[in-house]
Amino acid sequence: MGNYFTFPDLLIWLPLLAGIFCFIVKEEKSARLTAVLFSMLILGVSIATLFFTNDTKYLNYNNVNYIWLKYIGANYYIGLDSTGRMLTLLTATAFPLILIATSKTSIKNAASYFGLIMLTQAGLMGVFMALDALTFYFFWELALIPVYFLSSKWGGENSIQATFKFFVYTFAGSLLMLIGILYVYLHTGTKGFEDGVIVNHSFSLVSFYNANLSVSDQNWLFVLFFIAFAIKMPIFPFHTWQPDTYDQSPTSVTMILSGVMVKMGLFGLLRWLMPVFPLGVAHFKNIVIILSITGVVYASFVAMMQDNIKKLIAYSSIAHIGLMCAAIFAMNQISVQGALIQMFNHGINIIGMWIVVEIIERQTGVKKISQLSGLASTAPMLTIFLVIIAFANIALPLTNAFTGEFLMFSGLYNYNKWFAAVAGLGIIISAVYTLNLIQKVFYGSTNAVAADVKDVSLNEKIVLIIIVGVIFFIGIYPQPLIDLTKDAVNNLLVRVK
Amino acid sequence: MNAIILTAIWGVVMMFSGVAFKNKSIPKYLAIIGLLIVIIANTTEFATGSPIIHINIHNMLKFEKYNLLFIDIAFLCTLIYFLLSGTDIEKVGPHVGEYFALIFFVLCGVSIVATFNTLLMFFIGIEILSIPLYILTGSEKRNLKSNEAALKYFLMGAFSTGIMLMGIAFIYGGNPNASFFIDKIQIGEGHMPVLIAVGLLFTLVSLSFKVSAAPFHFWTPDVYDGAPTVFTSFMSTIVKAAGFFAFIRLFEHSFGTMHDQWQKLIVIITISTLLIGNVTAVFQQSVKRMLAYSSIAQAGFMLLALFALNDKAKEGIMLYTAAYSLASIGLFGVLTKMEDFTIEGFNGLAKQQPMIAFAATICLLSLTGVPLTAGFQSKFFMLMAAVDNGHQFWLVIVAVMFAAISAYYYFRVIQAMYFKEPSQHDATIIHSVSFQFKFMLIVVAFLVVVIGIYPEIIIGWMYR
Repeated sequence: MGNYFTFPDLLIWLPLLAGIFCFIVKEEKSARLTAVLFSMLILGVSIATLFFTNDTKYLNYNNVNYIWLKYIGANYYIGLDSTGRMLTLLTATAFPLILIATSKTSIKNAASYFGLIMLTQAGLMGVFMALDALTFYFFWELALIPVYFLSSKWGGENSIQATFKFFVYTFAGSLLMLIGILYVYLHTGTKGFEDGVIVNHSFSLVSFYNANLSVSDQNWLFVLFFIAFAIKMPIFPFHTWQPDTYDQSPTSVTMILSGVMVKMGLFGLLRWLMPVFPLGVAHFKNIVIILSITGVVYASFVAMMQDNIKKLIAYSSIAHIGLMCAAIFAMNQISVQGALIQMFNHGINIIGMWIVVEIIERQTGVKKISQLSGLASTAPMLTIFLVIIAFANIALPLTNAFTGEFLMFSGLYNYNKWFAAVAGLGIIISAVYTLNLIQKVFYGSTNAVAADVKDVSLNEKIVLIIIVGVIFFIGIYPQPLIDLTKDAVNNLLVRVK
Repeated sequence: MNAIILTAIWGVVMMFSGVAFKNKSIPKYLAIIGLLIVIIANTTEFATGSPIIHINIHNMLKFEKYNLLFIDIAFLCTLIYFLLSGTDIEKVGPHVGEYFALIFFVLCGVSIVATFNTLLMFFIGIEILSIPLYILTGSEKRNLKSNEAALKYFLMGAFSTGIMLMGIAFIYGGNPNASFFIDKIQIGEGHMPVLIAVGLLFTLVSLSFKVSAAPFHFWTPDVYDGAPTVFTSFMSTIVKAAGFFAFIRLFEHSFGTMHDQWQKLIVIITISTLLIGNVTAVFQQSVKRMLAYSSIAQAGFMLLALFALNDKAKEGIMLYTAAYSLASIGLFGVLTKMEDFTIEGFNGLAKQQPMIAFAATICLLSLTGVPLTAGFQSKFFMLMAAVDNGHQFWLVIVAVMFAAISAYYYFRVIQAMYFKEPSQHDATIIHSVSFQFKFMLIVVAFLVVVIGIYPEIIIGWMYR
């Protein structure tokens, strides 16, 4: 290759090394510092990747391809393309924000905690960059294992059960996907190596795209893959692990789960499921959209009934993800574009929401809406931030989510106006529960619990200001995100249609 | 050839070592040295293709690279087992030399079942493999459970041997060549004489018994539970893998062309093995019993190789031998040191012994089949073989769903080690462990991860 470094290598190895380093130092302060510094370094690398775009002269900077298991045709092949670039950027942005925002939270065994968090980041980066099915599967599972330990060890009182449910769900889904991968693999063409060895099949993404699959094959393979991705996103009716896990996990892990990890499922749809099984997509797309929209409405109603703030946000997240999934399967230029942008925006917004919840929960020990009242008078700054983030969550104009949801809705409307109408119901309800949350928790007379809440501290202020800045910036000027993902949309639609 | 001769000789040496040396730990070192010699001799045979001593065996045994590779893997696992659990073998009873001698005789049986070319050698191999195990099971003479297990194992084993012999007689009489050679039994695609069918059924039953496949698994939990833990470790891993190797070798060479006829039987056995192994393991409170059932469950996965019977399956069984043996040996090694064999007994281990807990976790993840561990690669190759086979696709889906269930009982141990507190604050969870034990355990975990990342370290030899 001739390069001293490549971006995919840096994005995988930096978090991996940071994670291992955290395990070695064992001391809370230095582990925390390592994690924060490395995550900022990774953010820097990730921003740098934006300037080395798909131009062929940067090809070697953006791709890493080693022979891994020669005799079965599996390579360690990772590379950055536009969707991957956006999601690695989201991952790289999310981690420093999360780490800085929660830096006042005291943690037992902090070294292993931060080590596991950095390992999760390495796994996530790998998922978003993998261009070989086996590499993808490895990273897909590797992102899960550290999260399992994080949530069980540092979570709430029921965390062991909740997290285990999460683990078994995703593990079972992944295994189904593994069978699908194997079946597609066995229908791929031959692959030759430079030294003359020829293997019968190959795991590379390109050979998966060209696999020789009949219509009926594609249909049931679609189901196998879709279950794995649907559990991860999660799409109704595979969502039952999610509210408990979000509720019981430590908040920074919940942020990782809801901000970045759910994007793995959506990304899986875009990178693997839809291009590999275009005929399967054509066969199932209406069913998937109906499931997603059912999920949107259902989750919105459940969120409206919730008294637990964390569960409320969890259900609201199910609704948002459902809408993105529906928009992706509507498969027109506008809707897919909207979903891609929204993947980024949703990650930023929901992390903001969780930070606010974390501040409230850490100071009061309460996560029930009914027990909180009048925080606005004791914590005015926090209230302002929450209101802005909440407005972004319900996609008001001038906030980042508006662009994404607007595009998704108009695309969905073009596809089928009834679908758009029903999904629109979800947005209306989301306004109801979000405003209800603001009103109950922040306004009204201050009660005993809320009385001694201190306002946001400096580190939280910095993070929230950055988040609010991103919300407004993308809300006013979304063009950079659209430019970044435009060709991904085109490539996808060319393959699928 | 080297392996068979040397293990037999060294077995005799070990028998006398107990008498010759008063120091109890000398037999252990002798055994390790002997096994090293055997491995080196076998590897040279693997590399050069010719044994040290040429004996005309009239083609009754066949030493191909594939078979020799299996012997090497099995012996290397045994070496790790000696290094990890050698001191625990010394603690079982006063007759240390004999225990090692019996293990060497088992290894001799392993080398014969890996290389047999006639039904006669197959039978002799299986018997040499089994009989020392009956003794090892009952080696804790004062323990009633151990005695019961040995008797049960012996009676059931003797019975299944009888059935096997009967089956061999049918196969011999039923094939038109009247031949004992395994390659000369089948007579053409899809053709299956009645006598051979009966013989096949009998050998299938008895071999299912040997590898503890359901519904012939009933001896397994009692015997594995009753036997001293160090020997359970050996029995349930290397010996079982050798049984599978013989199973596949016999059925591939003798009945390969009739695969369509007996494949459905294997499907039934596989499903019931997976079902019984996994579902019963979920309800176990004792980790030792749980591992016994888990070994049945893993046997269900190994049966997929017999179901598929293609090149990928051969690679798969090789990987499975290494992956399953290493992880189980590591876990049983930890288990022998535990104060309390129940799952609660593992509570809080990670705080007292973080390294041991970490290595045990790697082993458990490997048994579950999580990527980056050897267990994933072995399951991956098995599934690939089964999907490639093209028939009965649903079996593969059933198998992976049971793999997801298996996460339940393996993770209970992980949960106990990491997320739970010991019942009493200063309770001894684990006996004092030597540095060597810890080091070997880390080596086991390291090997599990290395095979998980790069399985061609094992199967790559098959292509060269």
